[in-house]
Amino acid sequence: MESLTVLVIDENQIRASIIERGLREAGHERVILMSSMDGLLRRILEIDPDVIVIDLENPNRDQLEHLFQVSRAAQRPIAMFVDRSDSGMLEAAVDAGVSAYVVDGLRQERVKPILDMAIARFNAFARLQRELVDARNALEERKIIERAKGILMSSRGLSEADAFALLRQTAMNEKKKMADIAQSVVTAASLLL
Amino acid sequence: MNASPTAFSSVPPAPALGRRETRLVRAGFIPLVDASILIAASELGFAATEGLQLDLVRDVSWANVRDRLAFRQFDAAHMLAPMPVAAQLGLGSNPAPVVTPFALGRGGNAITLSVRIYDGMRQEAGLSGTADALACAKAFARLVASRKAAGAPPLTLGVTYPFSSHNYEFRYWLAAGGVDPDRDVRLIVVPPPITTDALEAGAIDGFCVGAPWNMMACERGVGRIVAAKQDIWPLAPEKVIGLRPDYIEANEDTVLRLLQALDRSARWCADPEHHDDLARILALPQHLAAPVAILRRVLAGEFCLDDKGTLRRIEGYFRFHGQGANRPSPPQVLWIYSQMIRWGQASHSAAGEVMAVSACRSDLYDAALGPNAEQELDPSLFAVTPFMDGLVFDPANVMAHVEAAAIRQQGHVIAGAPSE
Repeated sequence: MESLTVLVIDENQIRASIIERGLREAGHERVILMSSMDGLLRRILEIDPDVIVIDLENPNRDQLEHLFQVSRAAQRPIAMFVDRSDSGMLEAAVDAGVSAYVVDGLRQERVKPILDMAIARFNAFARLQRELVDARNALEERKIIERAKGILMSSRGLSEADAFALLRQTAMNEKKKMADIAQSVVTAASLLL
Repeated sequence: MNASPTAFSSVPPAPALGRRETRLVRAGFIPLVDASILIAASELGFAATEGLQLDLVRDVSWANVRDRLAFRQFDAAHMLAPMPVAAQLGLGSNPAPVVTPFALGRGGNAITLSVRIYDGMRQEAGLSGTADALACAKAFARLVASRKAAGAPPLTLGVTYPFSSHNYEFRYWLAAGGVDPDRDVRLIVVPPPITTDALEAGAIDGFCVGAPWNMMACERGVGRIVAAKQDIWPLAPEKVIGLRPDYIEANEDTVLRLLQALDRSARWCADPEHHDDLARILALPQHLAAPVAILRRVLAGEFCLDDKGTLRRIEGYFRFHGQGANRPSPPQVLWIYSQMIRWGQASHSAAGEVMAVSACRSDLYDAALGPNAEQELDPSLFAVTPFMDGLVFDPANVMAHVEAAAIRQQGHVIAGAPSE
């Protein structure tokens, strides 16, 4: 089967390259990345893609919608639409934050693996980002707990272990996160000391 | 494909009291002043009073709003009035059924050209600073013609979406002046928040979008407003609330409560005494993230036409409520359909008229509001409210309006995307 030309429009260049790699691994050799929408119509005519994959955070998505209207009016051979024959797949795509436009007449079984791959990689990317944010938050929390411990040690003459135990006990008593108690200690110290 | 318009005739005028459980309604919106009714309903407790938790989600494109509504990420959506019509006609990408039981008011658009182009028009046509929309359109046409004669590339103009009042109003204005929007200029789509930057960078020469983006361009000294929506046609529809028919079927009571909340919010937004508060709410970063002073002036309809402080006040620039501003209007939908035909997006048929009008669910509006429901936009207004070029629209004869236009797309008609 002839390999398809896939245009990936994503302002997030890291995510775009992850998708590109996935598509190449799946045997699609013509994968083109676009991160800016400058000269979109001209580029699309040059590239002549079979499938366009675009991220939903992209405010320029409406430009694509318009383009397909205009190009139909001009009767250029790039009339595209989202394939509606598998709405479950489209729903998964929107959930993952990606959408696709497909050349009119392209068979479903050829498009599905491409979109499935894009969905999987978008989800994986979102998971990675979440983990990164979580890790960053955890680091922040550890920092603030360290500061609160230091304040308790110097102001109340506690050992490090006792300062930590006091923070943990207070958090349990007040049903709050330790980081929140630590934050109050730091805030209070900045006001009182 | 849709519920019959009488499906709710047995529902009492107001939702039954006593069922006050909180129900979550997720609504998508685009940061524009015409999302006011939705934003105020959520922020000021109008939804909470109805036992609803109205969660707003800001989005970046109309295509996203359409798809997220279709795939149930949103229960309700701030939409361009032509979007449910296109959806019911099966036009555009991914057309899934959408109807509207509530219009979010009228007004708010304007056409802004770059100062450079405007100066060119003044030189070309000796335009006065107070020239009306038609005089500006004719001057623009002269500039376009002389540029063409000199071999200059066509000007690039921005709209927001193929199925938008902006697209149809900009085209109306251009054609009224004698410019063919498909041949003499290049129409492209620009996301509203970047229109001013695009104008300043010379990427576009003008645009038609909703408030507050026109005034932002003028205050920055890069643009000049040459026509407001009211100048083109005061009765033109603008934004609506879009719902899926299957959602309405499954959540009748929630829908009726939502409409009551929107009605109260619309009345609140319409009172000029509340505009200071409304401007402050709209200005918040999670809503429009725009300067409160500009929003305040937009709400008052006070326009800085340019950075020299040329002022113009447009009465009822925003009509959030009153004169049928909230009631879904079949004649307005038929006008939208006429413009789809005029510009080759759809072909005319009696069945098409019925499908277009099926987007209007005024039966739900009446069921929710009972005696508080607004009267329909007075049908006799259509005959006495001309467009900027003197034409009128007779809802009983859609094609007469299309055929009266000198400039329109001839020849081929674009087939809609296959829906199923």
